[in-house]
Amino acid sequence: MTLTDEPRTEGSGSPDQRPGRRGPWAWLSRPGETDGLVGILVKIVLLAVVDAFALYAVFLLAAQDEWLVLAIGVVLTVAVNVVYLRRDGLPAKYLAPGIVLLLVFQVFVMVYTGFIAFTNAGDGHLGSKDDAVAAISTKGQERVPDSPQYQLSVLERRGELAFLLTAPDGAVTVGSSDEPQEPTDDAETDGSGKAVGLDGYTSLSFEELLQRQDEILEVAVPVSDDPADGSLRTADGSSAYEYRSHLRYDAATDSVTDTTTGVVYRDEGDGAFVSADGDELVPGWQINVGFDNFRRAAETPQLRDSLVSVIAWTFVFATLSVVLCFGLGLFLATVFNVARMRGKKFYRVMLILPYAFPAFLSGLVWSGMLNAEFGFINQVLLGGADIEWLTDPWLARFSVLFVNLWLGFPYMFLVCTGALQSIPDEMSEAARMDGASPWKAFRAVKLPLLLVSVAPLLITTFAYNFNNFNVIYMLTRGGPRFEDTANDVGATDLLITMVYKVAFGTGTGRDYGLASALAIIIFVVIGVISALLFRRTKALEDIH
Amino acid sequence: MSTVPAPRRRTFRRWFATLGWRHVIGIVVTAYAAFPLLYVLSASLDPSGTLAGSSRLFATIDLSNYRELFTDPSRPYGKWFVNTLVVGGITAIGTVFLGALAAYAFSRMRFTGRRFGLMSLMLIQMFPQMLAVVAIFILMSTIGDVFPSLGIGTHAGLILVYLGGALGVNTYLMYGFFNTVPVSIDEAARLDGASHAQIFFGIILRLVTPILAVVGLLAFITATSEFVIASVFLTDPDQQTLSVGLFGYVSEQTSTNWTIFAAGAVLAAIPVMVVFLALQRYIVNGLVSGSVK
Repeated sequence: MTLTDEPRTEGSGSPDQRPGRRGPWAWLSRPGETDGLVGILVKIVLLAVVDAFALYAVFLLAAQDEWLVLAIGVVLTVAVNVVYLRRDGLPAKYLAPGIVLLLVFQVFVMVYTGFIAFTNAGDGHLGSKDDAVAAISTKGQERVPDSPQYQLSVLERRGELAFLLTAPDGAVTVGSSDEPQEPTDDAETDGSGKAVGLDGYTSLSFEELLQRQDEILEVAVPVSDDPADGSLRTADGSSAYEYRSHLRYDAATDSVTDTTTGVVYRDEGDGAFVSADGDELVPGWQINVGFDNFRRAAETPQLRDSLVSVIAWTFVFATLSVVLCFGLGLFLATVFNVARMRGKKFYRVMLILPYAFPAFLSGLVWSGMLNAEFGFINQVLLGGADIEWLTDPWLARFSVLFVNLWLGFPYMFLVCTGALQSIPDEMSEAARMDGASPWKAFRAVKLPLLLVSVAPLLITTFAYNFNNFNVIYMLTRGGPRFEDTANDVGATDLLITMVYKVAFGTGTGRDYGLASALAIIIFVVIGVISALLFRRTKALEDIH
Repeated sequence: MSTVPAPRRRTFRRWFATLGWRHVIGIVVTAYAAFPLLYVLSASLDPSGTLAGSSRLFATIDLSNYRELFTDPSRPYGKWFVNTLVVGGITAIGTVFLGALAAYAFSRMRFTGRRFGLMSLMLIQMFPQMLAVVAIFILMSTIGDVFPSLGIGTHAGLILVYLGGALGVNTYLMYGFFNTVPVSIDEAARLDGASHAQIFFGIILRLVTPILAVVGLLAFITATSEFVIASVFLTDPDQQTLSVGLFGYVSEQTSTNWTIFAAGAVLAAIPVMVVFLALQRYIVNGLVSGSVK
């Protein structure tokens, strides 16, 4: 397949309409119209659904102050509407759905990965500084000793709980966990002056109070917009007190003070409040750290050493996988490429089996078979040997390659068979006539022709194995671990499994920034490979 | 009498030199390819439960593992199976539909940016989605704050992410196949007054059914084997797919759950393998023509 196929037709050009000879679809459309009536109706309904959903999304996003996402959403929605309401631009109507998804979930996330690589995102560094201050201020809240007692009625609106509070001085306020208390004038009061109901809310009955008591105990109504002022909480559902954290944020000095110990935590620009002895308050917030993640990968000795060996192994693994699979596949293809051989079909089906078996299961099955203590290979085939197939670094690397050969050779066998059959036999026969040995005839005539046609495939296979997550993770999970590093990195780790473990591993904290920086390295490598591939196909196009 | 064996042996030797050795290789490779599969089957029928006990091939045949598979509430295999079918099925249908729409446009229409579009698709599909798993996780967490039904932990969100990769290699496969359908068919229909949508849904899609089946199957296999994004997305056991769930089966205690895992693996693999082998001719043709020019 090439990209240079000759144009076959003008898509939107309207051919002459011959009146009188109209086919079975005629009742759907008037002459000269490109869309049928049904088509127009379907289009309008679908577009209406999309727009309704978009409108709903805009309201929700605006309520949550997600302005960037809102802007992207609006632009996409407008673009979709323009595409489908325009008379022209038929190709765009067919391409739009796939391209919108592609842009969001493939292109945007790649760009976003690049952005995250320059931040300290990770465990305890996800939100903004305001979020962090709010989270710190609600941590370890204790009842303020001299807090006034507020009389409380618990209200509900759209499933969410709100507190209606009457202060000792008779002032009435309403608020919820998300909205700080606000004065209100139009509350109903009972005889004692306690506010008991408010328009737009339903008051909870005593039974409902009992049923939802866990939920009610969780409610913390901020006293004011400043999270440092603490919040109002209840222990019994009928009275509320002010609660305040022993960690107090002071906006003027931009610092947090622990009121019980007197320690002051300051923002030193590292995305967290840090005390003079280096203690960090959790959570911190997300900041731009420039090239820090890359510098960390290149300069921390332990991390650098393991990263270097992971990169080297990734290249070795991908290269050897291609060479071994192609070698075995080509060998088998030549062995079975004999017209009068019987049972070829049987062998062919048998050889496809590993390829048809779900790949994620293959790794798991082999991990059991290669188990040092109980696995079939050691127990039965090697008569009770104790070979550490998956726990010795070099044997583990060998095992991973061996299993990947099992997974990969069927594909190469199929491809090489197809390619060999497309090369006419006369060519090698001619070489044989000239006195070349069968091997020489094969090497000098068939192999170069075959390589030309499978070269792009070898490159894509390399790129695939470069990121062959499943076989590594299911078989060894990257292990055995390197002993000289605190990170969870091991002898068979590829870059992609390392990215996954740095980002979502269980041992050490999640470090999204570093993981994304490592992903950028993979981007660069794949970019170079793609460039080679494009050159290659260009060169091939010139040949043919 | 003494003269008879000699020629026979000579023919055997000649047969062996030309064809026989090929059969020897064939048998060796068949054993290599098929043995692990036989082993799983045997392990799944072994009632001992342990990895050690499963070393005697087909020593006992017992279906208790299969029964146990569906009775453990903390590892709801039945739900995993259904989840996998739902996620894989919807992803496959969506991929086929979106890919076919795009392939129709690329194959039948000429517009500015067409060549650029094809080249970009080829370039983008070199970068697998899982590279951006961190960004996908953060993006979907943010989306989940606004629309809980699309966020982390939902099948809908996972399917949407998978559909982001719907174009790309699939469009390429279909594009090639669409080009083999003669344009004169479209033109005849258009003369009869059919609109472009009627031509697409009524005529073209029916003529390209084989490639739709192949792309659907490949998309199904890809989606159901996917582990990286699914494992980040689906943390609740009731929501997980087979790849995430079965990985958990083995990763905790390899030796004790082994035969139950094997039973799960056999059940998960059989449908895929049956369909794959039934459609292998189409798939192989599609793969080879899709990648080799």
